[in-house]
Amino acid sequence: MSVSHIPTRDAASARLVANRVLATLLCAGLLAAWLLPFATMSPNRLASGQTVGLSEALSAWQVFAFLALSAILAVAALRRPLPRELAHGVVLLASLGLLLITLYSLGDYAQRTLVEESPSARVSQGSAFWVMVFCCALAAIDAFQRAASGWLLRLGYMLIAGGSVAMLFASGHFDDLSIMREYANIRDNFADQFITHLVLVGSALGPALLIGVPLGLLAHRRVRLQGTLFSVLNFFQTIPSIALFALLVAPLSALGNAFPLLGEWGVKGIGAAPAIIALVMYALLPVVRNTYAGLKGVPPATVEAARGMGMTTRQVLWRVEIPLALPVMLSGLRIVTVQAIGLTVVAALIGAGGLGAFIFQGLGQYAIDLVLLGAIPTIVLAVIADFTLQMLVVLSKPAGTRR
Amino acid sequence: MSRAPSSRRVLLIALGALLIALVLGMEQLAPLFRALFPDQDPAMYERESFLNLTLAHLALVLVSSLISVSVGVAAGLFVTRPAGREFEPLVSTLAAIGQTFPPAAVLAIVVPVAGFGFVPTLVALVLYGLLPVVQNTVAGLGTVPSQTLEAARGNGMNAWQILWRIELPLAMRIIIAGVRVSVIINIGTATIGSTVGAKTLGTPIIAGLVGNNLPYVIQGAILVGLLAIVTDLAFERLEQRFSFGEGGNAS
Repeated sequence: MSVSHIPTRDAASARLVANRVLATLLCAGLLAAWLLPFATMSPNRLASGQTVGLSEALSAWQVFAFLALSAILAVAALRRPLPRELAHGVVLLASLGLLLITLYSLGDYAQRTLVEESPSARVSQGSAFWVMVFCCALAAIDAFQRAASGWLLRLGYMLIAGGSVAMLFASGHFDDLSIMREYANIRDNFADQFITHLVLVGSALGPALLIGVPLGLLAHRRVRLQGTLFSVLNFFQTIPSIALFALLVAPLSALGNAFPLLGEWGVKGIGAAPAIIALVMYALLPVVRNTYAGLKGVPPATVEAARGMGMTTRQVLWRVEIPLALPVMLSGLRIVTVQAIGLTVVAALIGAGGLGAFIFQGLGQYAIDLVLLGAIPTIVLAVIADFTLQMLVVLSKPAGTRR
Repeated sequence: MSRAPSSRRVLLIALGALLIALVLGMEQLAPLFRALFPDQDPAMYERESFLNLTLAHLALVLVSSLISVSVGVAAGLFVTRPAGREFEPLVSTLAAIGQTFPPAAVLAIVVPVAGFGFVPTLVALVLYGLLPVVQNTVAGLGTVPSQTLEAARGNGMNAWQILWRIELPLAMRIIIAGVRVSVIINIGTATIGSTVGAKTLGTPIIAGLVGNNLPYVIQGAILVGLLAIVTDLAFERLEQRFSFGEGGNAS
């Protein structure tokens, strides 16, 4: 490792490859496309399948488009002939194109196979498919960072990419894929569990904010409380999710049995009640910590000036402190939302429902498609929530400091 | 956060002793569980000793953490050296986005690739555990003031000496904070690993939830909860040992 050698601008410009990250991703993607199975084809839902390489799965024009887009990306990674700024734009477009071609080809292959083979045949995505999708996404992310683009461009790109993929799904292009046929079997149930998932997350976030924000305010005003408060909340955060869910089952079922009226309201050992309580307990630490940190970050001189203008304590809080602390508080909300979406998966184990139900049901039956139908939407949901709240954090900053 | 360190130490020792006592002597509490749950026939999980379950759980967390820490710190070092600096933004973003993935979903996705049992749980724990370590290694090395590095260079230190004697010691507290997050998450994810057939402290919890046996659930949950809290307190002390000068609130 040439640690001591720091390349100067001249030495760097002599290199042939300007974007080594893109070059690495491209090599990884092409190697995967060459060596790993792009899809698997099995005669029915339960039998194990045979693997299909990329060259067998793609039709002639798809292979051509795939190679052409790869070549464009390879050129964009080089120092010449594209200027840097243009190269970033080219990478953004080409990686999106490559992503869409990869998705389209898989759906197309499934359609063609099912016409040729028996209709009970199942086509699933192979490991090369995942690696290629992953590499495309990373190439786009890296291009955004290099271009140091603003949030508006990122939002637009995400909407276009998400919209194109959603349209492919809506058009029924993937309906012959194994995972989508599994989805067709459970369509109604899927919608129910998806909504249950969102309701659980929402009903945990409400109380968490209602309790957490005042507690954060209290920690800011009463310095002596901080140590104890944060240690207790950190305790909750440390206990593994499944253990906390499980520990709440016993007292709640006792409560529900002792007071039948409470039981009628839904306070029982299993189901939504312990799940929501546990989610609130997990959510408190980030909410309180970020409220506190946000308020602490308000410059004392600003508060002083507001008081000097004759504002009451309440006015200072609502018009000065909270608006200035809002970005940090929203970052807390972002952490909590993403965390709650993930923890709700585990809540399925105590009968609360949600997308986790498919995961654990699928694991029990060794039905991989069912597992993925639970896991992939959860991940997508978490990433979308993260991205959306990140945008909100940016927008909540005073104009001029947004990036 | 300045707390009285002695009270935290007492807490660590007390909870640690409680954990060990419960792991070794949970069977002694059988009459208590029978009295609390008279309707449950086996009121004590006996398919496997709690000592074995705890050791299996610890082995899983320990092996995965060793791999994540070595790979994670190496990756963090690579992207902060001149040769790998180009990869730093992507690796940092990847570590941030990866942590939004729910651990349970990551575990579920590894199963089709790696099958059931110890291996998929280990793979999921390693993948997930990497992220906080990488993130904090990069962040920790980033806090080393450039004047300090300049001074070290001026003293004639070479790059290795600067890394070992200046950068790593100064970044150690933040790196350990990352390892702490990673290990605590892994203790929790290993518990869920029992749903894919790994033998952990989650096994009695899942058995209890499936068989509607609350005592099993409580026995597993108390042990794994205590294990996580004791580990967290131990890491807290370790972190304090590496804080130089100001307490520092950076995470």
